[in-house]
Amino acid sequence: MTGTMAAVGAGLAVIGAGLGIGRIGGSAMDAIARQPEASSKIQINMIVAAALIEGAALFAIVVALIAK
Amino acid sequence: MRFGKSILFSLLLLMLPFTLPAQEEHGTPAAEEEFDPGTFILAHVADSHEWHILTKSNGESVAIYLPVIVYQKDKGIDIFSSRRLAEEQEYKGYKVMEEGDLKGKIVNVKPDGSIDEKNLPLDFSITKAVVGMFFSVLIGLWIFVSLGRSYKKTGISYPKGIQSFLEPVVLFVRDDIAIPIIGEKKHEKYMPYLLTAFFFILLNNIMGLIPFPPPFGANVTGNIAVTFVLALCTFLITQFSGNRHYWKDIFAAPGVPFWLLPIMIPVEIIGMFSKPFALMIRLFANITAGHIIVLSLVCLIFLFKSLAVAPVSILFVIFMDCLELLVAFLQAYVFTLLSTLFIGLAVKEEH
Repeated sequence: MTGTMAAVGAGLAVIGAGLGIGRIGGSAMDAIARQPEASSKIQINMIVAAALIEGAALFAIVVALIAK
Repeated sequence: MRFGKSILFSLLLLMLPFTLPAQEEHGTPAAEEEFDPGTFILAHVADSHEWHILTKSNGESVAIYLPVIVYQKDKGIDIFSSRRLAEEQEYKGYKVMEEGDLKGKIVNVKPDGSIDEKNLPLDFSITKAVVGMFFSVLIGLWIFVSLGRSYKKTGISYPKGIQSFLEPVVLFVRDDIAIPIIGEKKHEKYMPYLLTAFFFILLNNIMGLIPFPPPFGANVTGNIAVTFVLALCTFLITQFSGNRHYWKDIFAAPGVPFWLLPIMIPVEIIGMFSKPFALMIRLFANITAGHIIVLSLVCLIFLFKSLAVAPVSILFVIFMDCLELLVAFLQAYVFTLLSTLFIGLAVKEEH
């Protein structure tokens, strides 16, 4: 049973990460559409923010692995 | 920079076909037992005392047996090859535990045959990750010492050779990470640590992706002990370079009424520890997750037991490896950026 709960927990964490990174991607697209000259700066910042959010989601995955 | 990256990329692509023959031989003795992807993946991601290369079809395994160095107070230091401990043998009173909480660790066997679970010997063995680290340190030293020497010979002029590959990266770390965050006046003190962390993490990430020959393919940055030490270095540097304003912000943050301080101080102290902890977990989980994904995609071939799955699986593996390459660079950059942020917070001058 703990194995299944661990898998469910990991899945929930990925939902959060997916929503967060999707929002960042969306705002990055809007910003690039508004000002195409700044697109490389926006892209770099988007990747950095995505990496930080993934860090938080991976916290949850590590906890799920330990709990199993 | 682009030229070097495309060489690296094509080298990685060329290494991929070599993973299949080694893995297929590994799968054959499992014809009697069910193929268990879980233990297979964990055995490849975790650290171990021997470097397993392949398992022959009669069950024998071909591996490089690394030295085991254990220290027990009454027995002294013992150095021997891990071949003596392979397959559950016992040697000089030491044995590798197979099940239970202490699985995989070296324990003492008491004279009457029972296992002493209380005092474990200190294990200083040269394991797979240690060999990988030594090798990446050698590569790093070779690259950067020759870089320094070539600068000494030609002076500050137009870059040529390996300088043209590394100089943009070093300048990037200095101009885009260190100077904007720490400031012009103080960044030079911390540049050696930031550059070392960046290139150490980058080299070890990339070496973990290359499966062949033996010194490559060791999962170094996916080992939580290694990332713990990296985060510890950042933590120590932050604490030892904190100035008065930094400690004042922790213990008596400005603008906080005095009756809130008993709550704020523990929260600030927890924050002080949780930031390097997040650094450690972020790097470990990103790299290990990448390796697990690639290994699972290769395991698909053995789960379906048909060679027709192989092209699909290999295509997926190539795609995931490209993503892993991006993650390798990105995680090195994020670790360095966040370390710089913490150091910048510690040495910030008050307005």
